[in-house]
Amino acid sequence: MSGFAKPLKIALGLIVIAGLIIVPMNFNRYGLFILSQWAVMTIAAMGLNLTLGYAGQVSLAQGAFVGIGAYAAAIMTTHGWPLPAAILVAIILSFAVGWVLGYPALRVQHHYLAFVTLAFSTLAFLVFRNESWLTGGIYGISNIPRPHIFGIATNKPLPFYYVCLGSLAIVSLAVWWLIRSPWGRAFMALRENPLRAQSLGIDTRRYTLMAFAIGSALGGVAGALYAPLTQYIDPVPFNLSLSLDLLMMVIVGGAGFYFGPFLGAMIAVLLPEWLRFTEGYYLMLYAVAVMLLLIWSPTGILGILDRYMAARRTKAASALRAVAKSRLETAQ
Amino acid sequence: MSNLFDLLVAGLATGAIYALVAVGFTLLWQTSQTINFAQGEFVMLPAFLMLAAMHAGAPFWLAIILGILLSMILLGLAFKMLLVDPMMRHGVLPLAIATMALAIGIKEAVKQFFSAEASPFPSIVPTGDISILGHAVSLQSIGVLVVAILAVLGLTTLLNRTSLGHQMQAAAQNPTVARIIGVPVERMILLTFLINAFLVALASLLITPIYLAKFSSGEVLGQAAFIAAIVGGFNQVRGAIAGGLLIGVLDNLAASYVSTQYRAAVPLIFLIVVILFRPQGLLGRAEERTV
Repeated sequence: MSGFAKPLKIALGLIVIAGLIIVPMNFNRYGLFILSQWAVMTIAAMGLNLTLGYAGQVSLAQGAFVGIGAYAAAIMTTHGWPLPAAILVAIILSFAVGWVLGYPALRVQHHYLAFVTLAFSTLAFLVFRNESWLTGGIYGISNIPRPHIFGIATNKPLPFYYVCLGSLAIVSLAVWWLIRSPWGRAFMALRENPLRAQSLGIDTRRYTLMAFAIGSALGGVAGALYAPLTQYIDPVPFNLSLSLDLLMMVIVGGAGFYFGPFLGAMIAVLLPEWLRFTEGYYLMLYAVAVMLLLIWSPTGILGILDRYMAARRTKAASALRAVAKSRLETAQ
Repeated sequence: MSNLFDLLVAGLATGAIYALVAVGFTLLWQTSQTINFAQGEFVMLPAFLMLAAMHAGAPFWLAIILGILLSMILLGLAFKMLLVDPMMRHGVLPLAIATMALAIGIKEAVKQFFSAEASPFPSIVPTGDISILGHAVSLQSIGVLVVAILAVLGLTTLLNRTSLGHQMQAAAQNPTVARIIGVPVERMILLTFLINAFLVALASLLITPIYLAKFSSGEVLGQAAFIAAIVGGFNQVRGAIAGGLLIGVLDNLAASYVSTQYRAAVPLIFLIVVILFRPQGLLGRAEERTV
């Protein structure tokens, strides 16, 4: 059965990837913008999923890192730097700030940590809003250019969508590799039982800081793509509610599941758009949908799937056992 | 110096409201490990319930009673039965996320069914100033302070002096033992939810005349109350009261002595410092670490 499941999974994955490349070719400007936004938010949510889902460190500051990345990209590219250089700076900057933000996590856990990071998120917003010499204050930064990639201008929506999708693909592969590496295993050990992880010789200090830094760096990448996507940024999109939204994406999709952020971002970005025909009711319906989902499955959408698969596996195993038992009995 | 006195009085008045909201927050945490991210929206909603009652023709006093009752049914009973009970066994985080969604839901519902504009709200305290020690102090500040102090005193008396209060504390501190010695733990938890709903309705009644009724007003208030609760001690009612007053005063002093742009940063930096050096809060007791 498992020999059949793997090619099926690969085929399914290829169909989804082909779909993401081909189908949007007929989309209008707005549809492409929403889909690009999904790709960008998925990157940010994957970062938070590393910090929260794999390493078990609650953070309400991911939105602030998207902001840091976005401002880094906006400031650099409007001054003539190429986007890849800006992304690199966004990564280094978010990584460094994320590392520092990890220090409170060495002292406090759970809800206390949530509130330290929440405070950081609000402080970052105040800096974006008040340091107008750097960030343009409430007027923000406009005319953020989109890059030329291999000589191709991406200022039209479709090429830039492919930039976002390509970045998502690169980040996905990197995260895939990371969670299978010893680092990923150390993160999970940290989540499951920090004390035991320490007794097994895992440097919990270093990995806690790493979990924050790497997760934050991915937030920075998302921000560095968000700035050229919207071509205009001001402090408002990076307030606390973005951090809360990203947290919601990770939990709703399924924290600690690799594909959780993809689904969570889909729900958070696309569902309100689909519900838009309900006019003013769409965010209300979205809120109700999230609450119902969490009551039904607190481990998110992939939690439901996971339970279903586990149940099927148990069933299959007990069926095999029954067959084996009856064979044994007939043999006797 | 006169300025400082005025700032202190105004700070204590806002602080008293933060304290009311923060106390409810710590009560829910103690009895059911609920972090209610919608607590700010819980304060915003009762004012609109009262306004709705008044629009339907009810006099102000009746609207207040209806508003408090409805708030206890919706934000106490329904909140516990429909959201907290089904999610309690799944741990803190999913429930916290669900209350975030609830906050969005309440905000959007008010915006959609009532108004996106700020509405004026009648005050239970007459406007005007009185003179204290040669300073003109607004009756509103005094009224808010007095009502909030009375409410908090009433609550602490209930918790510390009555057998009902002792049962509530027992249920909060150790549900298993409380159940063995015959405390109806479930009923005590429900009671804390009803008390929280009552306190937020009261806070709503006190604060809305000053800041107007607006669908988005819960965000700032909720955050201030969280900070107050954590600074004072997440698991202590008296901590939440002290934290509330402290944050209120600090907020008002920061507004005039620090730059107005970064006034909001002062309580936050204070919060980070307190959490790093005394995670259990200024008056809280440490929660044991479990292996």
